Amino acid sequence: MYDYTAGKHDWLARGLPVEGTEADPPAAHHVVRSDVVTCDLADRVGDVHERVIASPFGFALVVSEHRCLLGRLRGSALEQCDPDSTAEQEMEPGPSTIRLDADLRALVGRLRERNLMFAVVTDPDGRLAGVLRRSDAEAFLA
Amino acid sequence: MASPINAARVRELVDRGARLLEVLPRGEYEEQHLPGAVGIPLKKLDAAAVASLDRGGPVIVYCWDSI
Repeated sequence: MYDYTAGKHDWLARGLPVEGTEADPPAAHHVVRSDVVTCDLADRVGDVHERVIASPFGFALVVSEHRCLLGRLRGSALEQCDPDSTAEQEMEPGPSTIRLDADLRALVGRLRERNLMFAVVTDPDGRLAGVLRRSDAEAFLA
Repeated sequence: MASPINAARVRELVDRGARLLEVLPRGEYEEQHLPGAVGIPLKKLDAAAVASLDRGGPVIVYCWDSI
């Protein structure tokens, strides 16, 4: 006998499949994107900046070797800081995150209220799943 | 005594034939449950109900969370 102690809540938050009458409501995992720039703590900020300029997002996410989210480097900050400094020195630690099962309608409402264009998505262990663009979520719900 | 496991281990065991048992109320089970899980609400978990499970292999029990 085994006990999946973290339970259904954990399973849903990982975006894993379920069955049932409400098996697939609009949720973050439907529109999350994995093409955000990521970097290590020791990466040179100047190098990260170049990759951010070429990406569809205006920021980079700092992750550990196990892809745990550690911080964020905003494009505006990257433009102003010493390009030879490290990601660890310039990052904003511990950005707010949502889970893969976050209700998409409620999420879009919150993002609109706060005038935010993106949400960072992680699993319950803090591992980066990707980034959600508000415009993608709105298009999905339309 | 049940052994605590995580999501990754659940998937491994299910791939090897383990049965899933959700003990939440019926309505919650019907809305969403892990694929292939049987639903027996905790209040109705008696010997007869458990006998309906395949006793030949491991059973994984889960609720909403650990609280």
